[in-house]
Amino acid sequence: MAATTSSNPIIRFLNINTSGEKGGRNLPLWRQLLVQVLCLAIAAEVLFPIMYVVTLAFSSQTSRPASLQLIPKEFSLIAFKQVLDHPTGNPVSFLELLRNSFFLSFGVGFASLFIAVSAAYAFSRFKFTARQTLMVLVFVPLLMPGVGLSTPLYLLMNSIRFFDHGKLIFNLRDSLLGVGIAMTAGALPFAVWNLKGYLDTIPKELEEAAKIDGADANRVFFQIVLPLAVPQLAVTFFLGFMGNWQEFALSWLFLSKPQDYTLSMTLYNMTGQYAQNIPWNRFSAMAIIVALPVSIIYIALQKQIVGGLTAGGVKE
Amino acid sequence: MAQLTLPARPTARPASKASQTRLAYVYLIPAFAVMAVITFYPLLFQVLISFTDFQTKDLLKQLASPTLKFIGLKNYIDILTGGLPVQNFEFFRVLTYNFWWAITNVAVHVPAGILIAVLLNTPGLWGKRIYRALYILPVVIPPLVVATVWKNIFDEQYGAMNQFLTTLLHLFGSVGPVHIRWLAEYKPPIPFLLPGVPLPLAYYAMMIANFWLGWPFMTVVATGALQSIPKDLYEAASIDGASGTQQFWNVTVPLLRPAMIPAAIYGFTLSFNLFSFVYFMTGGGPARSTEILVTFAYDLVRNLRLFGAAAAFAVIIFFVSIVIFLITNRLTRATESYLEA
Repeated sequence: MAATTSSNPIIRFLNINTSGEKGGRNLPLWRQLLVQVLCLAIAAEVLFPIMYVVTLAFSSQTSRPASLQLIPKEFSLIAFKQVLDHPTGNPVSFLELLRNSFFLSFGVGFASLFIAVSAAYAFSRFKFTARQTLMVLVFVPLLMPGVGLSTPLYLLMNSIRFFDHGKLIFNLRDSLLGVGIAMTAGALPFAVWNLKGYLDTIPKELEEAAKIDGADANRVFFQIVLPLAVPQLAVTFFLGFMGNWQEFALSWLFLSKPQDYTLSMTLYNMTGQYAQNIPWNRFSAMAIIVALPVSIIYIALQKQIVGGLTAGGVKE
Repeated sequence: MAQLTLPARPTARPASKASQTRLAYVYLIPAFAVMAVITFYPLLFQVLISFTDFQTKDLLKQLASPTLKFIGLKNYIDILTGGLPVQNFEFFRVLTYNFWWAITNVAVHVPAGILIAVLLNTPGLWGKRIYRALYILPVVIPPLVVATVWKNIFDEQYGAMNQFLTTLLHLFGSVGPVHIRWLAEYKPPIPFLLPGVPLPLAYYAMMIANFWLGWPFMTVVATGALQSIPKDLYEAASIDGASGTQQFWNVTVPLLRPAMIPAAIYGFTLSFNLFSFVYFMTGGGPARSTEILVTFAYDLVRNLRLFGAAAAFAVIIFFVSIVIFLITNRLTRATESYLEA
């Protein structure tokens, strides 16, 4: 289904005006107050962890909190500054971590889209003998949870290594490139299915008109279908970006050199039993930094994102 | 979530079938060539090594090494009968816990989501838009960050949850600080809840954290569905003398069902494989009591380095996923026919 604004759940959720549709019937004051109390309680539940982290992040206290504080008493940026200067105990700068995260998120997003789009087009527009078989074949890896492919990918990439005078100089497994390839392996089948679902919704009248004018299938693909699909390609890219930004399992399994670490890995390293010395204001600042790109993209593109999700394999 | 629907699509002008087919394969080549190397081959390789005892010492050898020992179904048997050299692991306990974890999450998120959606739908409520904007926040924050933050909240010594409870109990006259070992205490607080499977405090802590993460999505879905219920139905019901509660059970709930069942299934599969969240919050502990299938599979590769067993375990997960997919697909179809009826 081509998602229109009105069929978009999140937009509708935020925008519908349901007040007063029952004509003159007003909500009695006691019920208004009762519902307000409940709504405020729910708002408090939602805000509890958010305010907790924000308060910690803007605090200059490096000791752990002795009592509950949910409202910032000070507005200090020292924790952010410290995290940006020295994110970990290792000699790796924040910019390097950011670059690694961006490399994986952008790289995997672009690669999987670029590779998947023509196959999606073939599945959407051509009729050929092995169509059903091949589509099921693409669907099979989707049944495997992300972690499920990690063992063979680890072993296969670990065997790709280059030596210089007997000294190991490159191991695909222990490199960002290797992690990127492993992530693409999981992302490709989804990209093919998602894009095929979207291409199905693009009306065929334009293509048919072009064909009557004598355009061959290649011109139809490059000059009509691809330009029409750009918005959806962008949405699929950002969906992938948000997922890849949080990727943890593969990078945590594959990478061993601190200069290859990503922001998610750093955040993980800042909690738990091996992080007793990390002040919580720094941890909180890092949590906010890791969350921001995803939250911003989500809020900026929520309309397209929800439309993009419903346009894919999910039937309404 | 994704459904297998393969509609046969008639093309505009079936030029020549042979040239069509040839062109189709040309378009398929890039994706299939790449997937053959990085997706399908590893999947097959996985099955192959699941029959071997591949371990760390074999990492240095080439993959085609003749010394790779084939041990038949031993890995599978070891996993299912508890023969793995791993402490506190019992396959059927983890499997039961995994299902219980996913089902109880959905069982809490869906009703809460519906109730809050109905509450927000109250005509004439003040500040509706502000509440909606606030309630959407958990959907927007990456789950990975949410898990780390809640892990800190449940910290035994300095965590916000214990501090909150201390403050709360203070109001009732208690003085001592609360020291609940949320993530470390093994003794199940309600021992008889799930026979044979201990549910430690960490399970409840994760339920609380995942509740925060999960209900807003259900509220979004339920709000959309609520809007599509014709208002005349409520008017007719109230003319017939139905009370608010009766209207909720006899009009709202049945008409929300078609939208909520797919959402619940989506939530179920999501919770079932909630890797990062579980790994970040407890790492499967204490004593593997909150381990789900995917976190254990990960532990087998990353920490235990039993690659053969890990591959066998992934194959088992694959079959569990197929069973879940077949069941949920059937459920979704059932709701579709309900819609059409």
